Order: sequence, then C-alpha cells, then structure tokens
Amino acid sequence: MDLNMNVNAPHSMGTTIIGVTYNGGVVLGADSRTSTGMYVANRASDKITQLTDNVYVCRSGSAADSQIVSDYVRYFLHQHTIQVGQPATVKVAANLIRLLSYSNKNMLQTGLIVGGWDKYEGGKIYGIPLGGTLIEQPFAIGGSGSSYLYGFLDQAWKEGMTKDEAERLVVKAVSLAIARDGASGGVVRTVIINSEGVTRNFYPGDKLQLWHDELEPQNSLLDILNAPPSPEPMNI
Amino acid sequence: MSNSVIEVPPKGGFSFDLCKRNEMLAKKGLNPPSFRKTGTTIVGLIFQDGVILGADTRATEGPIVCDKNCEKIHYMAPNIYCCGAGTAADTEAVTDMVSSQLQLHRYHTGRESRVVTALTLLKKHLFNYQGYVSAALVLGGVDVTGPHLHTIYPHGSTDTLPFATMGSGSLAAMAVFESKYKEGLTRNEGIELVTEAICSGIFNDLGSGSNVDVCVITKAGKEYLRNHLQPNPRTYTSSKGYSFPKKTGVGKSCLLLQFTDKRFQPVHDLTIGVELGARMISIDDKPVGLQIWDTAGQESFRPITRSYYRGALLVGL
Repeated sequence: MDLNMNVNAPHSMGTTIIGVTYNGGVVLGADSRTSTGMYVANRASDKITQLTDNVYVCRSGSAADSQIVSDYVRYFLHQHTIQVGQPATVKVAANLIRLLSYSNKNMLQTGLIVGGWDKYEGGKIYGIPLGGTLIEQPFAIGGSGSSYLYGFLDQAWKEGMTKDEAERLVVKAVSLAIARDGASGGVVRTVIINSEGVTRNFYPGDKLQLWHDELEPQNSLLDILNAPPSPEPMNI
Repeated sequence: MSNSVIEVPPKGGFSFDLCKRNEMLAKKGLNPPSFRKTGTTIVGLIFQDGVILGADTRATEGPIVCDKNCEKIHYMAPNIYCCGAGTAADTEAVTDMVSSQLQLHRYHTGRESRVVTALTLLKKHLFNYQGYVSAALVLGGVDVTGPHLHTIYPHGSTDTLPFATMGSGSLAAMAVFESKYKEGLTRNEGIELVTEAICSGIFNDLGSGSNVDVCVITKAGKEYLRNHLQPNPRTYTSSKGYSFPKKTGVGKSCLLLQFTDKRFQPVHDLTIGVELGARMISIDDKPVGLQIWDTAGQESFRPITRSYYRGALLVGL
C-alpha cells in the first residue's frame, strides 16, 4: 500500500445512502464516512442535508460538488417558497436538483437522493444518480455501498410499512453495507419526515447488530481509556 | 470530472485547459519551478470557553526548509482565525482576500462577523477554482452563536467538527486527538493537547517542524501565543562566533608602493576603485614595462575592480 497518502486528494464520500417510503412519510438514512484517498477525513459527517423544512437530501460522491449543489438548491427553494407562498413540494426540490445535475453533468460527480413530505403527494423519494436522471421510486439507494443492498432491499422492502419498521429496515441496510464496503463506516444517521415534522436519529457504529464474521470488540482502547485508574502491574 | 467525448460549447466559468496542459507536461518529465509550500501540521479544537487553533512553523520549497519560523495562523476577523496548509501563496492570498471581504461586510452590516460567513466565502472561492487554489484550511472562531470549528478542503468541501487536523502531519496529530480529546476541556488542558498534537506532527512528519504557534479564541477576545513552544533550538552554535577572512587592509597598496617607488608608508588611505603603478624591469636582458593595477579590497568596489581583470597577463593573489 502506498504509505504516501495524498491528504490533498479530492474529498469524496464513499458512502451508503438510502431513502425509503412508508405509510405516511419517508425515512432517509446514511453512513458517516468521508474519505480523502485512503484516509478517513471525517468519521462523523452528516450526509443528510436540509433543503426546506419538509425536504431533505442524501449526498454521495464528491463532497465539494454535493455541498455546492445542495447550497444552490436550498437558495432556489427559498426563493420559490417566497414566490409561490407555500412550502415547496418534494417534486420541485427534486427537479431543481436534476436541472443543476443534468446541465453540468460533465463537471459534477455527485449522486443524490431527495426525500420529503408535502400535503399533495405525501411522502416521496426521488433518486438523481450521476448523469442527472430523475426517477421517482418507492425506495432508492446510492453510493459505493449500495451495490451490496440491491438484493437485500428487493426482498425486504414491503408496501405500507409502519414508521418503526421502515426505520429498522434503513438502519439494517446501512449497517450491512458498512460491514462490506470499505468506503462506508462510522455511525448511521436517519431522518424521518412525515406530516408531523422531522425527527433525526443517531445510531453509533459500535451499537449496531453484528453480521456474519464480525466480532465483538475485545480489549478495546475505549475500555482502557474510560476505566478508572487502577494500580495493576503489566502482565508479561 | 468525466472525460466526455461530446464537445460542449463553453457556457461560462473558468477554463482550466492550461492546468491540464501543465499536468500533462509534468507527467512527461518537465518539472515546473518549485514553489513554497507549508507542509504543515495544523489543528483546531473546541474547548469549554471557545476555540483553540495550533500550527507548526516550517515552510518548505521542495526538499529545502525556506522558513524556519513562518506564521500559519492567519487573521480573518477580530474573533475569527484561520490556519492554512498547502501552497503558502494560496493560503496567504485567500485568507487575506476573505479577511478584507469580511471587513467590508462588517461595515455594511454594523455587526461582528460570523464564522459561517467566512466559511461560505472561502468555500465558494475554492470551489470556483476547482481545487487549483491549493489551500487546506482550519477555520475557527467565536461569534454570537457560539464557538465554531470548520475544515475546508482545496476542492471546496467543508466539515464541521469538534476537533480537526489538516496538512501532511494531520495523521500524526489526529492520532493524539483521537486518544486524548474529550468534551469540556479547560483552557490549559486544551492548550496542552493542541501543543502535544502539533509536536507529534513536528517530530513524526518531515514536512512539519520548528516551533508551535497557538491561538486561543473566546467570547472575551483572542490570545495569539506566537512560538508558544520552541522544542527545536539551534544546538551547534560556537561561543567564539564566526568571522570571515579579511580582503581589505592586507597590504596590497603597500606592496605596490614598495615595488614601484621603493618606499614604505605605514598609514594608507583606503584605496578607492583602482590605482595604477608602473615599473620597468629587465627579463633576459630585454626591458619590459609593467603596468600594475592595484584593485580595492572592499566589497562595495567589486563591480568596478572586476572590469580590470580582463586582458590581464598576471594576477597576484
């Protein structure tokens, strides 16, 4: 392995992102790892960004490109809300993202999942992958870790789940992807959006369920650091 | 950026064709002139009363250390400071520019600058230049909304963290932070931790070295501890000092006077420029005329005396 890690390589989010509709709203989920080359630049990043009170977007791909695109769309949506006089719909948000992504397809490298709730259509998920396609789906996955989730979600997603079932599904999916994808890791963040509002949840990495071949942490430095100081001599 | 086969007409924005040409030339072996980088270890952390920033002080130009005590913690606003890693010119220019923009904004709004304002200005600029402005920054400050710490990467992406490291020594410094950081550090604990992290970078990374600079920012104000720690003193200094061999007052004019006039003058004025002496001597029973030019030894006359060496048959040293 090249030990000369280029810490000035473009910041990319290897990532696993997922958005799922349920009966009454949507649940968005993501991991928290941002890498520059082989180094984890941020192990606790928040990839689920707010666009409006009721619409959020999951970002993947180049960190810079996705941050700038979501900043522009947040600004456009704010203007749109003032002009129209009511909260923007999820479809409008998704279309604004798609317009930016498609017209700059040569320059941008970012895949996004837009999810939210509005009073006309209810909970909706829109996937906008690399080229700038816009596709409305009952559930969407993205990022490098998504390769490991296609089969799982085909089997596990069902129409008309409850809020808790949907969130459990999202956490399980992201956790499975983290187990297999090197570019995903850290914690699992979820955002639940429905008619009542927005709820953010946080699942630390060491509290997730263990999958095949994963071991319980043993003799972790965290135990030694947090333990009260004891005068035990070292065992040889 | 993807390599597209379709030729798209330019729609505005910058053209980076020359950058691509430079990269291609570098790959072919034509190296550009080396420029000054700050290899660097820069860090920041949030403690109970605000933000502490730290940096080393080595600036390198290729393999050479060109500045052993440079300042990497740049002023942005009275309550905001920014550490810079990467190309020294880029970090200085970009922090200078945004600092001026913040000042104008303060005049406009009549309020203290906020850290997110500096963050947005920096990130927009760096994104526009698509990573060619090689500035990796740790931005920290305290404003009305509280203490903030952000990292900004050359391509324009940003992270908001409770503790952050950047630069070539970032891995060494992050190792120290990950094992010892906790929330609610006191001022002295925070300074100690930052110093330890920078020292870890100084001693384990070749691109970082020399001294430790620390900057503490709280709601009350800022404290810039320049050269807070100097763990690399010069070890081999001779107590006698050094002196360089004398070129003036060695006796050139005296020698000429003795040779041409056969007399000795104990006290001489300093030779201005060049003096001419002449003498006839016989070599093999043939008379030979010697034209002797006595050049001044002083450094300041060097350009004048130099022109007299041309065409000389003999030089006496």
